[in-house]
Amino acid sequence: MASAAENAQRHHREEIRRRWMLSAPALLIILVAATGPLLVMLAYSFMAKGDYGDVKFGQFSLDGWFSVLFQRDMFDDTVTLADAHLSILWRSLRLSLITTLATLALGFPTAYFIATRPRHTREIWVFLVTIPFWTNLLIRTFAMQQVIRNEGILNNALRALGVIDEPLPIMYTDWAILFGMVYVYLPLMVLPLYASMEKLDFRLIEAGYDLYAGRLAVLRRIIIPLVKPGIVAGSILVFIPSLGAYVIPRVLGGGKNMMLGNLIELQFGSGRNWPLGAAISITLMALVMVALLVYVRNAAKSGAQHG
Amino acid sequence: MASRFDVRSQPGFGTVAMFTFVLLYLPIATLVAYAFNASESVTVWGGFSLRWFVEASQNAAVQDAAWRSFVIALSAATMATIAATMAAIATTRTAPYPGLSAKYAFINLPLMVPEIVTAVALLIVFSRVKVWTGYSGLGYLVVAHTAFCIPFAYLPIRARLEGMDASLERAAADLYATPWMAFRRVTLPLLRPGIIAGFMLAFVISLDDVVITEFVKSGGQDTLPTYMLGQIRRAVTPEVNAIATAFLALSILIVTAFFFINRKKS
Repeated sequence: MASAAENAQRHHREEIRRRWMLSAPALLIILVAATGPLLVMLAYSFMAKGDYGDVKFGQFSLDGWFSVLFQRDMFDDTVTLADAHLSILWRSLRLSLITTLATLALGFPTAYFIATRPRHTREIWVFLVTIPFWTNLLIRTFAMQQVIRNEGILNNALRALGVIDEPLPIMYTDWAILFGMVYVYLPLMVLPLYASMEKLDFRLIEAGYDLYAGRLAVLRRIIIPLVKPGIVAGSILVFIPSLGAYVIPRVLGGGKNMMLGNLIELQFGSGRNWPLGAAISITLMALVMVALLVYVRNAAKSGAQHG
Repeated sequence: MASRFDVRSQPGFGTVAMFTFVLLYLPIATLVAYAFNASESVTVWGGFSLRWFVEASQNAAVQDAAWRSFVIALSAATMATIAATMAAIATTRTAPYPGLSAKYAFINLPLMVPEIVTAVALLIVFSRVKVWTGYSGLGYLVVAHTAFCIPFAYLPIRARLEGMDASLERAAADLYATPWMAFRRVTLPLLRPGIIAGFMLAFVISLDDVVITEFVKSGGQDTLPTYMLGQIRRAVTPEVNAIATAFLALSILIVTAFFFINRKKS
């Protein structure tokens, strides 16, 4: 009897060991080329910077973290806030937030439009949103550049309509980054919104009208509360990559209008301050984690409500 | 009874939706249109021509980058798909065991970290490894791509596995099939659509990558996207448009195939 139970237990242990062996390659690769390097970077953020990039290995220093927000005057040693870094942080947060709101403003009606199409055409509309989602981010950024630059079709159209005489200099401004991010991340808003609107029970809306609610009241009191999980998911999915954007500000913003991603690159390039770059990277990651946490908590709350 | 009251419609939503679809496709359409421009510049339309496609395809740097992109995507997607398949088998159709949810989180972790952060972290580690070993080949790029492709390959494979009935494999075992035979003759054929989907996803993700490649590559290891990134700033001729258009056509082809494979399944 005892040996049978023992056997079963041994079998169970064997099974778990086998499952760990099977997942080992995936875990190992991710450890070597994703998670592990992040830990190394964390360590680097606490080292002294090397003279020509890199770090003075093993030499502890808090200078990297200090310089994220502050700067020390070269001559009199006074400490002031690092305005350049703060303004880049502020630009990143501001542009990401506006991008999220703009994609929501465009994506909500679009998702609703798709969800109210006849069943057989819905799939085609969704497919039309999916294609840009899967096309290369760099190519889409480049495509936006061709629309908004001085000789691009936007300026040409506005000139032809007589709205402007001189082309609007959009390229290399925050506007250019904003246009690029809205365009690139729009599918990330539409798809989760659609997923929650597809499940919308239109009898509830009908009931709302029966009870003399107007269109706006139905939208505000019935539709929006019901698709809130989709709104939150879409907003997080847009906000997170916006905050970490690198290619879009590099191509459309030029050298002056940096976001956090470009500031990080600068420290590893001509800035030659790897500890600072590492500290900013970890700051960016922490901001992303906070956004994710908000999302997870919200998802758990709304799940508990419905379940 | 010209216009019946439609409970589903909201005023203005259709207009915004149409604007969204124009916004989604107008830039791509512009880019593609100028790829067929006969003139030297991207600003003046000089009639229809394939000349930039010809020039791009004869450009040695482009050929080189395209080939490198293909080699990296093929190796990374293959390795990622194998690793993801094994991991998916290890993490599905089981009672919870210690470390199971930690494994999920770990496998999906690369999706949560901003690309630029992973990119500089890899730069830090690989630059040191390059000095230590003296090796500076494509291996670094392949490993880096494999790592961020794994979560993408894992998703559809896991989804497929969870919908599969474990009793079929048990039946095979009852009929004296060795575990390997049961895997090859029962599990693998049933899992195939998931594996194909996972591989295609991983392939596209690897092919598309700019940021991580830009930071990990050694000199002379441009892929097509990093080559384009370098050219865009100088872009004076529609050659980049032609490359981008060809690239676009390939991605759309793969995505459409993916769409139909998945549709047939469901």
